[in-house]
Amino acid sequence: MTAIDMNPPIGHIESPGPPRPSRRSLIRLFFGDFAASCLTVLTAALLISMIPAVNWAVFDAVWTTDDPSACREGGACWAYIAAKFRFIIFGVYPPQEQWRPLLVMGLVLAMILASLSPRLWGTRLVYAWVVAVAAMLVLMWGGVFGMTAVSTSNWGGLPVTLLLALLSLGLGFPFAVFLALGRRSVLPVPRLLSVITIELVRGLPLVGLLFVASILLPLLLPAGWSIDKLGRTLAALTVFAAAYLAEVIRGGLQGVPAGQIEAARALGIPSWKAVWHIVLPQALQKVIPPLTNTAIVMVKNTSLVLIVGVFDMLSASRVAATDPAWPSPYVESYVFVAMIYFLICFGISNYARWLESRVQARSYR
Amino acid sequence: MKNWTIATITLGMLLSANAAQAGPTLDKVKARGHLVCGASQGTVGFGAPDDKGYWRGLDVETCRAVAVAVFGDKDKVEFVPLSGQQRVPALQTGEIDILPRTLTWTLQRDANGINFTTPNYYEFTGFMVAKSSGVTKVEEMTGASVCVQTGSTTEVVVNDVSTKLNLELKPVVFDNVAATRQAFFSGRCDALITDASALASVRATQSNNPDDYLIFPATKYMDALTPAVRHGDDQWLDIVNWSIQALLNAELYGITQANIDQMTESDDPRVKRFLGVEPGNGKALGLEDKFAYNIIKQLGNYGEMFDRNVGKDSPLKIERGPNRLFSDGGLMFPMAFQ
Repeated sequence: MTAIDMNPPIGHIESPGPPRPSRRSLIRLFFGDFAASCLTVLTAALLISMIPAVNWAVFDAVWTTDDPSACREGGACWAYIAAKFRFIIFGVYPPQEQWRPLLVMGLVLAMILASLSPRLWGTRLVYAWVVAVAAMLVLMWGGVFGMTAVSTSNWGGLPVTLLLALLSLGLGFPFAVFLALGRRSVLPVPRLLSVITIELVRGLPLVGLLFVASILLPLLLPAGWSIDKLGRTLAALTVFAAAYLAEVIRGGLQGVPAGQIEAARALGIPSWKAVWHIVLPQALQKVIPPLTNTAIVMVKNTSLVLIVGVFDMLSASRVAATDPAWPSPYVESYVFVAMIYFLICFGISNYARWLESRVQARSYR
Repeated sequence: MKNWTIATITLGMLLSANAAQAGPTLDKVKARGHLVCGASQGTVGFGAPDDKGYWRGLDVETCRAVAVAVFGDKDKVEFVPLSGQQRVPALQTGEIDILPRTLTWTLQRDANGINFTTPNYYEFTGFMVAKSSGVTKVEEMTGASVCVQTGSTTEVVVNDVSTKLNLELKPVVFDNVAATRQAFFSGRCDALITDASALASVRATQSNNPDDYLIFPATKYMDALTPAVRHGDDQWLDIVNWSIQALLNAELYGITQANIDQMTESDDPRVKRFLGVEPGNGKALGLEDKFAYNIIKQLGNYGEMFDRNVGKDSPLKIERGPNRLFSDGGLMFPMAFQ
């Protein structure tokens, strides 16, 4: 813990340079005043109270076994995760076609890595994404190029989580831009429509929207019409994402000085062009951090599709945990799924921080 | 959640006139090339995908029986996982052809857009006690403490039973399933109450020795879990009914997956008609004459199906109880297959 020695307590301001490590400064650090003592005791208590959890997760845990009944006593049953790994990740997708969702996840990862640097951002990247997403959907669906068709009710696991998050954000974004521009418009009709849409959707819980999309929508459609269950779920998520993204983008639009559009008008640039080429790029640049925040929220929101019977990663893990052969490993399942969600969201948030610092550096130039 | 159910059923009722005339289901299913069944989101023993994503369970196999009847292939079927709220609207709108999903036969559901076929499982609310306690039926439970989940219908059952039989049961209430079960096994209460099949699964998965525990019914009431179809297609209703009847009849005749080919040489006219050796039955339904033969050949009779999914050959180890044939003292009643 060298870091402790590098940060002397406030009483040491007068000493020049870093103080020599000594037992006294350590005591002072932990028990310097009343507040510090309290914190030290609390932290120690917290650490001690975690011992059973650590024992459960590490020391008493069953790491490998072929016999599920070995998990009946004591610790965590990580062997269960190993046994159910395939099912939690791929859900009910036919195992002999498993390379397809695997390839889809590879594509998602590759595309995300390719889009990380802002230097590559542009129309070409947008086209690349459109092509990539189309390829992913074709891979999942099959029915062409000699691949067997797999209907959406057999899709499952992590690929569904990723596709729902990607598509709802990707499809929601253009809508969001129009909604945000509409809300800022001087024309009353688009403004009113945008305000109503945004406020209505933001006023409803996502669970409610999902219920409407999955239960009421098919009843309201004329007989014989049916939209795929996954499609309806995606529609609800897209509408939800659009409303939230629109509010974020509106924040950016408000941050662009009025002088910009006035200057454009003075130069005789048509107003839609001014918005498209001058206002919007500046606005979007300003709201990159909250946009990534919305992205994180949407990734996590996809887990709600569980309640309308879409087999995403969380549903798959719950089904896996009901296997009577294993002694109800619910905690292990949830911990495992939580770790995957954490990795995804932590990745996005770290990226957002890096991006923010980059954008800030540029705007100071 | 209950409000949601009522709301959706009511709305379904209002709108079902819109969706009811979906046309002859058999033609639609044949044109599609496979059957579409509603499935649960994972109820072990009744309908859940295994590690390979292959759907298994009593409800799932009931649906496979219909697929065999129509296509002669138990795998020509697709399962759509549905939540409790979604299942009835999904059937009403034609998203699925059959709904075998631990659905209780009730008046409200029957009247509002769906038709029930033949019950494939009778369910009761039960108590589980340790065998060492010596208790074997409700009347002996005087003064017992009962682990119960708050807000569940079983909480009401505990009170009803206690008042009615003057047992002075002490409910020990917990707010989630896992805590309720854990409390029972750690000896916090003398008995645990919930659906009997859930009790069996709890006993199999969470006790150190399943043989140490006994399950018995809490009330005289029972739910008939019954696969349902849409209103307005009588032929399809018949096909599903008689696919399930085929499973029950086979058990009555002693026809099993293993002995079915020897049984085709039987002299019994009922068996001959059943197996399609003597034609007529299949044609009447618009199916192949050997549809019942195919069902038993691929899936076995009801008893085999029960044992494999929820009974003695499964980890759930549920006793046949009310799900025995009438001839063995149960409620399963095969109709005349002629």
